[in-house]
Amino acid sequence: MADEVKLFGMWASPYSRRVELALKLKGIPYEYIEEDLSNKSSLLLKYNPVHQKIPVLVHNGKPIAESLVILEYIDETWRNNPVLPQDPYDRAMARFWAKFIDEKLLTTARKVSFATGKEQDQAIEQITEQLKLLENELKGKEYFSGQSIGYLDIVANVLVFWFRNLQEALGVDMFTEEKFPIIFEWIGKLVKIDTVNECRIPKEKHLDYIRTRLEALKFSSK
Amino acid sequence: MAESDVKVKVLGSWSSPFVMRTMIALNIKSVNYEYLEERLWEGKSELLLKSNPVHKKIPVLIHGDKPICESLIIVQYIDEVWSSTPSILPSDPHERAAARFWAAYLDEKWFPSMRTISIAQGEDAKKAAIAQLEEGLVLLEEAFGKCSKGKPFFGGDQIGYLDIAFGCFLGWLRVTEKISGINLLGEAKTPALLKWAHRFCSDASVKDVMPETEKLAEFGKMIMAKMRGAAPPKS
Repeated sequence: MADEVKLFGMWASPYSRRVELALKLKGIPYEYIEEDLSNKSSLLLKYNPVHQKIPVLVHNGKPIAESLVILEYIDETWRNNPVLPQDPYDRAMARFWAKFIDEKLLTTARKVSFATGKEQDQAIEQITEQLKLLENELKGKEYFSGQSIGYLDIVANVLVFWFRNLQEALGVDMFTEEKFPIIFEWIGKLVKIDTVNECRIPKEKHLDYIRTRLEALKFSSK
Repeated sequence: MAESDVKVKVLGSWSSPFVMRTMIALNIKSVNYEYLEERLWEGKSELLLKSNPVHKKIPVLIHGDKPICESLIIVQYIDEVWSSTPSILPSDPHERAAARFWAAYLDEKWFPSMRTISIAQGEDAKKAAIAQLEEGLVLLEEAFGKCSKGKPFFGGDQIGYLDIAFGCFLGWLRVTEKISGINLLGEAKTPALLKWAHRFCSDASVKDVMPETEKLAEFGKMIMAKMRGAAPPKS
């Protein structure tokens, strides 16, 4: 029986992009459905009634939601090119840092986006500390996952395009090669990988998108 | 086996549902461990700060010289290291995904709304928080039907990942019921969960590590008093 794989995603979402990256790395053919988040499709609401969010992977009619849950599902279902490490301790570490990225780093990134003045400065300080902790995990390694890219690189991929675009749109100085040489060396390697580039968020379109959203929020909060 | 030669320690706090998850998982696997109580109000121990420098939180599982942090990550680690039966995670990838999805929902949405109740200012805010909790329970009742497929636990015949993830909150859920005077798990809306809760708490791997509701309620009152005392007056 042929596998039917669908991905409900959104072009600017790093969570959506990381699932695409995993699917492509595994060579899994899939149908991509772009969701308009201001007008969510009835299919999306049917497949993810609890959160009503993308990404949602639908495999032979059965939905899986939450990007990190989806990544583990993909790795367990399509066993070629495993993205999670084999050793239980290494797996625990990979999961730990993935959680750190999503729960700490990205939360602080949002604070940086919406705060101004002193609050924004504090958020930038916070994110600098968090990025330093993450950078430590790269020391002495080619990639977060070791010799080749894997689960944690796929999750940290948010830094490669989304994060750098956000910084540019905000006009802040929080994520530079000067401050984080090891992360930037890793970014340099990642952007040379075709599959990673296929999943990149188009820069100009993204900058526009971020700026428009920030303007709308500022306007609505007045 | 090599694992039995390696020391296992758990850094925890008796009132923490997250620590309970760790101990239930170890009990299911019949792993001997040394439990070290962190007196969090008196300051964090050197061992905790060294083992979890990033978050400085309990639980921490120390396996030999390796610290593992974050309760759900610890439970998966335990399942993978002591891989003999009984398994904690289901074997089917789709069922595993469902278990992980609901565990994430509990940690990210449901339990935070329980905490909101205790700090909610005013009756309206309290009611809204309780409503959120109740809605979540209705969702979980439905999930129980789908996951258990007529068996006693989310994990089937035996306690599994989602049972552990959810069941650890039953103590604090009962405290919330006591304080708010509202029946959150009840015959009317969550009959299956009501029965499941009883089975979970009676299970051999759970009953010795589930704190008494009275003790938790007293502890809860003490924290609330401390928080009110510590918080500066709002201007």
